[in-house]
Amino acid sequence: MRTEVNTDMKLRTIRRHIGEGTRNIFRNGWMSIASIGAVTMTLALVGVFMAIVLNLNEIAKNIEKDVEIKVFIDRLATEEDIEDLRGEINELDTVDTVRFASNDEELLSLAESMGEQGEAWLLYQQDNPLNHAFIVQTIEPTDTEPTADQIAEFTSVDNVNFGKDVVENLFKFNNFARNVGLVVIIGLVLTAIFLISNTIKLTIMARSKEIGIMKLVGATNGFIRWPFFIEGMLLGVLGSIIPISMILFGYSFLEKLLVEQIHFRVIELLPFNPFAWQLSLVILAIGTFIGVWGSVMSVRKFLKV
Amino acid sequence: MIKMKDVHKKYKNGVSALNGIDIHIEKGEFVYIVGPSGAGKSTFIKLIYREEKASKGSVVINDIDLGTLKEKEVPLLRRDVGVIFQDFRLLNKLTVYENIAYALEVIEESPKHIRTRVMEVLDLVGLKHKARFLPDELSGGEQQRVAIARAIVNNPIIVIADEPTGNLDPDTSWDIMQTFEEINTRGTTIIMATHSKELVNTIKKRVIAIEGGVIVRDEDRGEYGYEA
Repeated sequence: MRTEVNTDMKLRTIRRHIGEGTRNIFRNGWMSIASIGAVTMTLALVGVFMAIVLNLNEIAKNIEKDVEIKVFIDRLATEEDIEDLRGEINELDTVDTVRFASNDEELLSLAESMGEQGEAWLLYQQDNPLNHAFIVQTIEPTDTEPTADQIAEFTSVDNVNFGKDVVENLFKFNNFARNVGLVVIIGLVLTAIFLISNTIKLTIMARSKEIGIMKLVGATNGFIRWPFFIEGMLLGVLGSIIPISMILFGYSFLEKLLVEQIHFRVIELLPFNPFAWQLSLVILAIGTFIGVWGSVMSVRKFLKV
Repeated sequence: MIKMKDVHKKYKNGVSALNGIDIHIEKGEFVYIVGPSGAGKSTFIKLIYREEKASKGSVVINDIDLGTLKEKEVPLLRRDVGVIFQDFRLLNKLTVYENIAYALEVIEESPKHIRTRVMEVLDLVGLKHKARFLPDELSGGEQQRVAIARAIVNNPIIVIADEPTGNLDPDTSWDIMQTFEEINTRGTTIIMATHSKELVNTIKKRVIAIEGGVIVRDEDRGEYGYEA
């Protein structure tokens, strides 16, 4: 035999593979369109779902962040006792912030929260019936209940309140929603992989004759594989263009609609920058990966012949 | 050049295609392989370019034992063996020029050399003026000549042709045979499986007849020996 197998690829050959992979997309016309269509449809679904699930997760996180423990201090506690209590609470590993709210502040906020009728409460200013309190936030929202239980045991504590029923249900619901979202996204990505790699497999099966001829004239497996690799990558990238545009335009439209027109401040979406860009990158990465993987796996089958 | 010793080939489905072939073909010979359908001609040919592996015995091509040839070295063997089929096996989406150039691109020849060499072989097979045509735009004979050009562009030491005139009319077949003879006179070994009694009996060469997977006849300047 004349030569050794050439393992260092020449620049010319790399250029050829890229050119060949690109030309193949045009040569295979409808099959390429079918592959790109499959990539587009599934990635659009994945993208929309990811945007919804990640935003729901963010909303849940924000609600959870607002969960706080109100520690009512024994009315007989001295200033020294109160400082000791603050120290004890601060020493807990799960605690993030501790804020003191005097009974005057509590009365004011109670009065404010009740609007005009609340003014009556201000009559109590001279003889305030409320307790001083600490407002405690935990690092992890899920630590709220055990932390509250611990604080309740401390001396100088009259009562501890964190809206037990509401918080428990909120956490349960959020966990459920997160798990369902995760399962749906994984399911969609797997469906995308299956659908896209099958479509690509079909386009390559239609070209088994081509691969046979390549082998016949002495092409190495690597030489045959490269253009398919490039082609798969391009199919993935082309297939991600529409889903990415959808995400970028759709998201910016939705954000404007919620924030500017309806003044919808209760539900705050993840900010367009960087979220929409990050999501677009993820979609591009999934598309590229699936395109390459689908084509390389399909060619491998024919190279064994 | 080509040496086979006690070669057997049994396929996975249990069919024994070859049952003890011993043969020696020298460099530069022109050999017809004849025999009835299913005799083992195609299997014999496939062993030479390592499309199939012998189940028993040894096949040595140009001092390389194909029994011990590694999978990754098969492409290198194929560059020394040009193969031509009855159905041409051209890539329909590539032009005549591209179909031939492909065989040189895979061995990473320079574009300049590829251009010169492709035009040379197109000239040899008389199709220089159709370089930009697609295979579908050519007649059967022209397509077969493109396949021949592709097989020889690499200067192989052996050209194998499996029924190359099977799909062609008699006039075109003679033209194709002339092309093979010209290639042969340049020193390339030619092995041709054929069912054409007229070709074998008119252009006299060595004839190897295979029946039931064994060689039943091996004659210099032999006859076809079967009813067409």
